[in-house]
Amino acid sequence: MNRQIQDKAPIMDALNQFKRMRVVPFDVPGHKRGKGNRELTDFLGEKCMSVDVNSMKPLDNLCHPVSVIREAEQLAADAFGAEYAFFMVNGTTSAVQTMVLTACKKGDKIILPRNVHRSVINALILGGAIPIYVNPEMDHRLGIALGMSIAAVKKAMEENPDAKAVLVNNPTYYGICSNLKEITKLAHEHNIMVLVDEAHGTHFYFGEDMPISAMAAGADMTSVSMHKSGGSLTQSSFLLVGKRMNPGYVRQIINLTQTTSGSYLLLSSLDISRKNLALHGKQIFAHVRELAKYARAEINQIGDYYAYCREIINGDTVYDFDVTKLSINTLDVGLAGIEVYDILRDEYDIQVEFGDIGNILAYISVGDRKQDVERLIGALSEVRRRYKREKTGMLRHEYINPEVAVAPQKAFYADKVSIPLEQSVGYICSEFVMCYPPGIPILAPGEKITKEIMEYICYAKQKGCFLTGPEDMQIQHLNVLK
Amino acid sequence: MQLWFTEKHTPHVKLSIQVDRQLFCGQSEFQRVDVFDSREFGRFLTLDGYMMLTEKDEFIYHEMIVHVPMAVHPNVRHALVIGAGDGGVIRELTQYQSIERIDLVEIDELVVEVCKKYLPKTSCCMDDERLHIYFEDGLKFIRRYEDEYDLIIVDSTDPFGPGEGLFTKEFYGNCFKALKADGIMVNQHESPFYQEDAQAMQRAHKRIVESFPISRVYQAHIPTYPSGHWLFGFASKQYHPVADIRSAKWNALGLQTKYYNTKLHIGSFALPNYVEEMLKDVE
Repeated sequence: MNRQIQDKAPIMDALNQFKRMRVVPFDVPGHKRGKGNRELTDFLGEKCMSVDVNSMKPLDNLCHPVSVIREAEQLAADAFGAEYAFFMVNGTTSAVQTMVLTACKKGDKIILPRNVHRSVINALILGGAIPIYVNPEMDHRLGIALGMSIAAVKKAMEENPDAKAVLVNNPTYYGICSNLKEITKLAHEHNIMVLVDEAHGTHFYFGEDMPISAMAAGADMTSVSMHKSGGSLTQSSFLLVGKRMNPGYVRQIINLTQTTSGSYLLLSSLDISRKNLALHGKQIFAHVRELAKYARAEINQIGDYYAYCREIINGDTVYDFDVTKLSINTLDVGLAGIEVYDILRDEYDIQVEFGDIGNILAYISVGDRKQDVERLIGALSEVRRRYKREKTGMLRHEYINPEVAVAPQKAFYADKVSIPLEQSVGYICSEFVMCYPPGIPILAPGEKITKEIMEYICYAKQKGCFLTGPEDMQIQHLNVLK
Repeated sequence: MQLWFTEKHTPHVKLSIQVDRQLFCGQSEFQRVDVFDSREFGRFLTLDGYMMLTEKDEFIYHEMIVHVPMAVHPNVRHALVIGAGDGGVIRELTQYQSIERIDLVEIDELVVEVCKKYLPKTSCCMDDERLHIYFEDGLKFIRRYEDEYDLIIVDSTDPFGPGEGLFTKEFYGNCFKALKADGIMVNQHESPFYQEDAQAMQRAHKRIVESFPISRVYQAHIPTYPSGHWLFGFASKQYHPVADIRSAKWNALGLQTKYYNTKLHIGSFALPNYVEEMLKDVE
């Protein structure tokens, strides 16, 4: 990274310059710098509305960047150590889909762990690629899925020499990293492209003593959620690509689905956040690490809660751990993670990122203050004092290995019938079922519904997980293949 | 020359005090600290521009937050004070010979330093040998204790800024845990008058009611606080603030007070109808 050039923010500069020109707008958006929508302007602020503008010559065009957006992309590529960076305004979801659609055509195989975000499997439905799942191992104490073991990845590559790509989470929602460098080496030996989901790994590029980033590991493409640990606005994201890729083709794939009215609020937020991380990322993430470390130590002192960290590293399926993640196992308190999540929000006005069957994740970031962390710790100690109970009847596991019967695209578009959830065992599902967040499917289109999975869905429902995916919003019926 | 300190009590109401001169201005890790001299109110302390105390009217606040619980609890030996870096609460508490130990938890060391230097009238007893001062977050401090204190006094700033954590349910719950079986907690409870203060007051009351079996509110008149009408919370595991007052015993102590007396104690729990209604709404 060249620090000398990183203090520029070309998109922000162009917008500031544009404001000074006081151009009379006879183009979209129709709110005309907010004047046409008073209530919205009062709510969001005049500054915000004045830069909600359309693509035009002085501001470049996201679909075909040649000036300030291009320059901002080059700065981003430099900051992240990538060959090329794309500004994404349709969420990291669209970055992930672009990676899969770039790497795989219909019928091509892609190797991936099953604990991927739904956006990956969505891309399989859109493009018709065939998933080759590598089962992530489970940590039975914590009830979470881990990374992919090298042996399992190797086996999948040897059994599928025609596979086009491998997709890796770096890290998982819980902060767990696979051996990305070794997977990349193996993949490239087999002429397989390496795609990385770094939705939760922006800080790996800037913090010290962090797990290796995708670009540093030599991966071919990665999706980085700047709006998570990077501080940009929700829905903004980077797609980074390495040397082996053709950026022109990647741009074509992006333009298949990305909006032609890219929001300058999102674009400038990416630009400014990149600058901030490039200049101050080291200190920012040192602060985040310290807060997370402090919180972990205090939470582990309360008793029964287990805020885990590097001690779970095992050299393979937990090759590394992201210490900024504050994942807390709640099972020994006798409460499901989702129950603690609900109590914290309903009774203590504390919103954590998610709760699943056995864990909660509190997202610690650049915006947190020590005193807020004290509130979380204080509340967790109160939840334990007031609610602790026997843990009999608690379900542990969060992840069930799926049995893929039909390719996702085929299953999604196949003739189907709706049947009650309880009677669905043995059928092949044609839709997703997942808890959101984290958005990792319990069932994906084309997977066989087993008794274990059906019971798991019922349990998650009963514990209050927010289930999404099926056509039936109440999740009482599932669509299955005829 | 005219120099004025102005505090916005609402976006549309201001209180201004003519300043003779500024004695101190400093920024700590947590807040900006200022001390001024004025003709009308004597010396006064502000944090982040909000009035904390003036020499002229601080006795009202400090007497009411200390003597009310002290006249109810039969035997306070171990007291915890959270906030109160100015020392006013400590000055009142140290008058009781029965108290064996006072723990004072103040997040901001600068406040204590500045008050010792510039506000000797409130910080006069900060060297009492029964007093132990801890500079840390009150919410963090209290977490460690169970069945420890007879009395907890929460002398907080406002429910925004560094004092935020002291208006939360987790804090009140932790206080409950740290109190003995007949313990009492009193707290600065905001004002019922202006809308924003009133909402904070209701939220605090709701959270205390959820944490303590007995939770009553009492009032005092403090000229330099927004609207001048100020409330305190009295939360307890066992004692009722009016039914269990030990007037004769307290009067026998012969303490010199300017505002508090045991008749006023009883009267201060009689609240205006609109305040009673606001409290009932969240009970």
